[in-house]
Amino acid sequence: MTAPIKMRAQLKGEITEIKVLMSHPMETGRRKNDLDEIVPAHFIQQVTVTLNGTPVLEAQWGTGISKNPYLTIHVRGAKVGDKVAVTWHDNKGESNSGEIAVTQA
Amino acid sequence: MQRRSFLQLLSGLAASLLLAPVTVLAALWHRAAFESATVPGALKSLAIPRETPSADIEIVAPDRAENGAVVQVEVTSRIPNTEAIAILAEKNPTPLIANFMFSNGAEPFVITRIKMAETSDIQVIVKVGDQYFKASRQVEVLENGCN
Repeated sequence: MTAPIKMRAQLKGEITEIKVLMSHPMETGRRKNDLDEIVPAHFIQQVTVTLNGTPVLEAQWGTGISKNPYLTIHVRGAKVGDKVAVTWHDNKGESNSGEIAVTQA
Repeated sequence: MQRRSFLQLLSGLAASLLLAPVTVLAALWHRAAFESATVPGALKSLAIPRETPSADIEIVAPDRAENGAVVQVEVTSRIPNTEAIAILAEKNPTPLIANFMFSNGAEPFVITRIKMAETSDIQVIVKVGDQYFKASRQVEVLENGCN
């Protein structure tokens, strides 16, 4: 139902650059549709990024993150082949996860 | 008697373990802070007493954003032992946008895209132990992106 999370994890020197693009409407609960009805709030509240299962980023979001959220972070100490996983949970109890291996830039 | 209390303890433990994931998730998301309509209100909800301005926080954002629905923001903290970076847009209906907590080798750095309602300051609060540091950067917004 939910589109897969697009991810890339590239080792650049000592830093691994992790780029994430999530597919989500990020509705604030203030927008009105064409019928002038309020569209209920629907947004990602929590995002976790792990490296080989160990959390490196835990984020809490409100409604102010743009639609189809984008994220870049930098992690030190990762090697080629290490597993980077991303999971999000939204305010409706929906969630999605993705995993990718670190590659050499 | 001993055996019974041990079993009770066990069942209690099992119940708390079962309940833990749900309650932990619910408790984790900081509703009061994210729903606050003002920056001081959000910071108070996050139990941030006061912030010291710092030149070691770098915010990269456009001077002018045509469309407030997508404003790319890059934040770097050069303060040693940075644990978390919070991003707020001062004049958004709910100013607190995100709080990023770093651990286990993650650099205190993030790029993301945010919504901005009108021209205002983007404020960044950096947590270092029990200390908080602040930087801000103004973005001119031509079209409200908070609908």
